[in-house]
Amino acid sequence: MKQIEFENRYGPFWGEMETFFNSVDQQTPEQIAEFPKNYRRLCQHLAMAKSRRYAAGLVSRLNVLVQKGYEALYGQSINNQSSIIAFLLYGFPAVLRSNARYLWAAAIVFVLPYAAIMIACMLNDQIIYSVMDASQVRSMESMYDPELRKFGRERQSSTDIYMFGHYIQNNISIGFRSFAMGIFLGIGSLFILGYNGLVIGGVSGHLTSLGYVDTFYPFVVGHGSFELTAIVFSGAAGLKLGFSLLAPGSLTRGKALQLAAKDAIKIMYGVFVMLFIAAFIEAFWSSSSSLPNAVKYGVGAILWILVYYYCFFFARDRVAHYQRQHATQ
Amino acid sequence: MKIDTVALIETPEGTDLHADLAGLLPRTLAYIIDFLIRVGIIIVVWVISLLLGGLGTGIFLIAYFILEWWYPVLFEVYRDGQTWGKKAYKIKVVNDDLTPVGFGPSLIRNLLRSADFFPLFYAVGILSVVFTARFQRLGDLAAGTIVIYSEPDSYDSSALDQVEAVAPAQLINEDQQLAFVNFALNRGKMSKDRQEEIAEIIRPRLPLNVDKASDYVRGVGKWLLGAR
Repeated sequence: MKQIEFENRYGPFWGEMETFFNSVDQQTPEQIAEFPKNYRRLCQHLAMAKSRRYAAGLVSRLNVLVQKGYEALYGQSINNQSSIIAFLLYGFPAVLRSNARYLWAAAIVFVLPYAAIMIACMLNDQIIYSVMDASQVRSMESMYDPELRKFGRERQSSTDIYMFGHYIQNNISIGFRSFAMGIFLGIGSLFILGYNGLVIGGVSGHLTSLGYVDTFYPFVVGHGSFELTAIVFSGAAGLKLGFSLLAPGSLTRGKALQLAAKDAIKIMYGVFVMLFIAAFIEAFWSSSSSLPNAVKYGVGAILWILVYYYCFFFARDRVAHYQRQHATQ
Repeated sequence: MKIDTVALIETPEGTDLHADLAGLLPRTLAYIIDFLIRVGIIIVVWVISLLLGGLGTGIFLIAYFILEWWYPVLFEVYRDGQTWGKKAYKIKVVNDDLTPVGFGPSLIRNLLRSADFFPLFYAVGILSVVFTARFQRLGDLAAGTIVIYSEPDSYDSSALDQVEAVAPAQLINEDQQLAFVNFALNRGKMSKDRQEEIAEIIRPRLPLNVDKASDYVRGVGKWLLGAR
């Protein structure tokens, strides 16, 4: 069959299908019932047009039609995904628990430098200058100097919102980056985790040795549970990416990376929520100077316990159930 | 390695779908447009924030965060794989099986932007796009996404209406037939002079009585399509 005859014979059908795809709201039930049959017919026409070597323009017109049909038939709808609440209750703990070895690795890479430099800074007050420059050290000292703190006066709420924005922008970006940099065989995540461990550990050790204990620890104890844990989680997600490239197993590296990313991004959903909560606590709770330290320590301790209980012990059966239901194929 | 700008995806019906992959240049230009749009928005937010003091700075930082990380994700998921920049260059992000991109893959490819940006100006991403068969940056590789042209050239055979079919004077093989047909159908996109110039290339092989080479080639094309 020559191309012109082919076009004349099936042109009206293609036109109908074009209107069908372009007017999603006006599709009648009969049209929808007929759709799979019509789609297979389009596939056949495309295959014929290709094997008969009809003009490129016609082939590409049919290709567009088949692609639209393919999307309609096989594309997943956004509503298909499980609800956000179910994910936060069970999905996030499930993905954490099934990736425990990456969490352990990331925690070690963060906590060891943290502890080592903290002890070093408490023994020697010059060590801090090896991870921060002098002006940073001065501004950090003045932030927590009990002499300079204006007790009894609340910070203005507009300053709180400013700091909230700052923590959102700064801390969540760090979390996102320590995930992304993991694609370089994990090295980027290791570096960001270790570096943050050094800086935060250095600050804690230095301020402890200066005796600023009553200003520093009540401030950090509240949001630290969410913030430090989430930073470790994001590094773990990055390590998972990197490890999939180093040891892809029986898969190709590309496929292994995609599977790892599918899981790792679920960790990042949770990291995002945790860092958001941390920013909120840090801006509106930790900074408050009118709350007694005992209250801050008490609430801080409860938050630490809650975070770890939720991540690793909460609703074991239902989390395991969720995991089986949503296992990555 | 075979280098091709066409991605073939086999559907369950056994038909090959094809998509034209977008290369480095349109993607870079689309990115620059998006970048300028984001800079424009952030300047507006900044000016407003100056009027609001500390509260304003907080809002500014949150807006900056959203524009940096979520702008592409929201567009790709809710606007059919296209940011404004991509729309301007008629390209879009899809899964590598050509289905529309969902929230997870879109977030993966956009968080990994910071790895593609490393160490400066998307150096890693550019190398990755240039050296992978389907022009994917690291974010695309991890998310399983590709960037394709969203609108193939529209097909319109009415260009042939005024042409008279001419039977070819000699035997022509399959590839040559295809060349004739495609020339005949591609009329609208080239200037008249350029069409003439291309058709003149085969002048030595044309019958002597042919006056305008382009009319002859188009006529043969129409004849090959089945018109008599």
